[in-house]
Amino acid sequence: MKAPTIRNPFAAQPLPEQPDIEAAALRSDRFRLEREGDWRRLDQIVRRLERGFAFRLSDEDIMDLPVLYRQAASSLAVARETSLDAATLRFLEDLVQRAWYQVYGPRSGLLRWLGGFFRGGWSRAVRAIWLDILLAFAAMAAGVAAGWLLVARNVEWYFALVPGSMADARVPGASRAQLAETLAIADGAGGLSAFAAQLFYNNASVCILAFALGFAFGVPTLLLLIYNMALLGAMAWLYNSVGLLPDFLAWLSVHGTTELTAILLAGAAGVHVGRRMAFPGDASILSATAEAGRRAALVMLGCVFMLIFAAILEAFPRQLAGPEARAIIGAFMAIAWTALFVLVGRERKGASAP
Amino acid sequence: MSTASKSLDAKRQRQIVTPEGVPLGVTLATRGSRLIALILDYVIMFVSLFLIALALLLVGINLGQLDALGTGAGEFLVVVFFIVLFLAFNGYFIFFEMGPRGATLGKRAVGIRVAARPQGQSGERLTAEAIIARNLLRQIEIFLPLTFFSTAGEAGSGPAWLVGSLWFAVFMLFPFFNRDALRAGDVVAGTWVVEAPRRKLADALSLRQESEPAAEAAYRFGPEELEVYGEYELQSLERVLRDGDDETLAAVHAAIVRKIGWQAGSGDERAFLESFYTALRAKLEGDMRFGKRKADKHAEVDRSGPSLR
Repeated sequence: MKAPTIRNPFAAQPLPEQPDIEAAALRSDRFRLEREGDWRRLDQIVRRLERGFAFRLSDEDIMDLPVLYRQAASSLAVARETSLDAATLRFLEDLVQRAWYQVYGPRSGLLRWLGGFFRGGWSRAVRAIWLDILLAFAAMAAGVAAGWLLVARNVEWYFALVPGSMADARVPGASRAQLAETLAIADGAGGLSAFAAQLFYNNASVCILAFALGFAFGVPTLLLLIYNMALLGAMAWLYNSVGLLPDFLAWLSVHGTTELTAILLAGAAGVHVGRRMAFPGDASILSATAEAGRRAALVMLGCVFMLIFAAILEAFPRQLAGPEARAIIGAFMAIAWTALFVLVGRERKGASAP
Repeated sequence: MSTASKSLDAKRQRQIVTPEGVPLGVTLATRGSRLIALILDYVIMFVSLFLIALALLLVGINLGQLDALGTGAGEFLVVVFFIVLFLAFNGYFIFFEMGPRGATLGKRAVGIRVAARPQGQSGERLTAEAIIARNLLRQIEIFLPLTFFSTAGEAGSGPAWLVGSLWFAVFMLFPFFNRDALRAGDVVAGTWVVEAPRRKLADALSLRQESEPAAEAAYRFGPEELEVYGEYELQSLERVLRDGDDETLAAVHAAIVRKIGWQAGSGDERAFLESFYTALRAKLEGDMRFGKRKADKHAEVDRSGPSLR
C-alpha cells in the first residue's frame, strides 16, 4: 500500500512500469509483456467511456480505440492457444468484452438519437409496417361499423359499449339540446391543461398497451382496437340519431385525427410483432420477434409524441374553437401526419443519409 | 465452491462471437440479481419523485391543492408534474440503458448490464430501438396488473385482483421458463441481461520471482516430475499462490512433494511452489504449441490439436 496522498480521482493513472521483457522466462509472459501497455491503455479508454467522460478523450484515443480493441481481441485468440496464465486470460476476456460493448454499443446518446429519429427514422419505420397499418385500420373500421350497427339494432348495446363514467349526458334518449351541450365551446381554459395532461397519460398507456398486447400474436391488440372503435361507432350513432353527426365529427376531428392515428400506429406496431411471431418466415421465432419488436418500438415512441400533441389539441382547440375551425384543424393535422409519414426521410440519390 | 453451484454457474455461460471472429464468454445475470436491480430502480425513482414533491412543498407549492385553485400557473405546474411522472416511469430505464454502461443505476449496483442477444452466432450491436422496445414492455409486465389492482376495490369489479395477480405472475415467472432467463421485453427486443465484466489485470506470477533469482536456481524439475499434473492443477496452484495463506501453501507443498517423490523440506514453500508453477506452465505451454493439451492429472494428453474451448 502506498502512503495516502491527495490526488484527483479522475486523473489518468500513470501506466505501471514495464518489467524487462527479455528477462521473462516464459514465452507467454513475453507475449503478455509486449502487449500489456496497449491493453492497459485500452482499459483506460474504455473505463473513461463507461463513466461517460467521452468528451475528455483525446482525438488520438478515439482514433485508436477500434485498433486497440482489435489488437486485444486477437491477443485473446492467441493467448487462448498459447498461454495458461489464468489471470491474463480472464483479464483479456473481460477487457475485450468491455471494449466490444463500447465499440459496438449504442452509437449516440438519447438526445442525438432523437434528432435522427424525427428526421426520418420514425417515418421509415412507419412505412416499413404498412401492411400491419392496413390490418389495424381494417380492425378499427370494423369496430366503428360494429358499434354503429349493434346500437342501431338494439339500444341496450349502447350501455354495454360505453362505460358509465364516459357517457355522462351522452345517453340514448337525451334531447338534441343536451347533446349539443356536450359539444359546446367551453367558457374558458380553466382546468383544461391539467385535463390534457391526464388524458395524455391515459391515452399513452392505452397505446403502449395496444403495442404490448401484440406479444400474444396480435389478437388482443385487434380486439382492443375493435372494442375502442365500437365505442366511437356507438357514440356516432347517438349523435346521428339527433342529427348532430357533422358537429360530432368536427368536435372529434380536432384531436381525433392525431389521436386515432397514434392508436392506429400503436395497434399496427402490436400487430406487426404478433404477425412476425406467428409467421417468422426463414428466421427463428425469437430473432423474427426481436427484429419486429425493435422496428415497432420506433413507431411506438413516435406515438407517444403524437399523443402529447393530441392532448394539447384535445384540451384547447376542441373546447374553445367553433365547428368549422375544429374541422379545419383536424383536417390539417391529418394531412400533416400523412405527409410526415409518406415524405420525410426518403433516401435521396446523391444526398448523404442523415 | 461446491459442485452444485458450479454446475449452476456453468448453466449461465453463453458464448458470442465478435465480428472479428473471437468467441467471448458471457455470463447471464441471475434472476435474483435482476430482481434486486429492479427493486433498487423503483426505490430510486420513488425517492426522487418524493424529493421533487417535497422540494415543491418547501417552496410553497402543494400539488394536491393546485388543481382546485384554477390559476394558470398552478395548472402549468400540474401539467409539468404529470409529464415528469411519465418521463420518470418510462424514460428512466431507456435513458440509462442507452448510456455507455447499458445499465440502470440499480443494475450498475448489482453489476449487471443489458446486451444484445446474438441472433444465431455472432454478437450484435445493442441498438436504441431494442432498449426502447424492452422497456415499453414493462408497461404490460408491471403497470397493467397494477391498474387491475387499483380497480379491485370498486363495486362490481369482481375478480379483478385475481386477474391482476395471475397476469403479474405470468410475466414475473416468464424468465423461469426459458433457458436464457429472458423476460417478455427481452424476447421482443432481442436483448438479454448479462454480468458486467470488470476485472483488473493481476501481476504475472511467473514474473514475480525474477526479483529473487537465488530462489529459482534452487529448484530444477525434470520432465517426469512435471508430467503428473495438467491445466486444472496449474490453475489451482495459481489460485493458491495468489490468495492462499501459509497453511494452505504448506499443505499444497506437501501434496506436490509427495506426488513427485521428493524429500519434503520446509520454510521455503512459496519459493518452491512458484518455481514449480513456472516450470509446469513452461512445460504445458510448450506442449500446447505442439497441439498437446492436458486438462488435469487424470486426463490422457489430448492430441486432437488446437480447438476453441
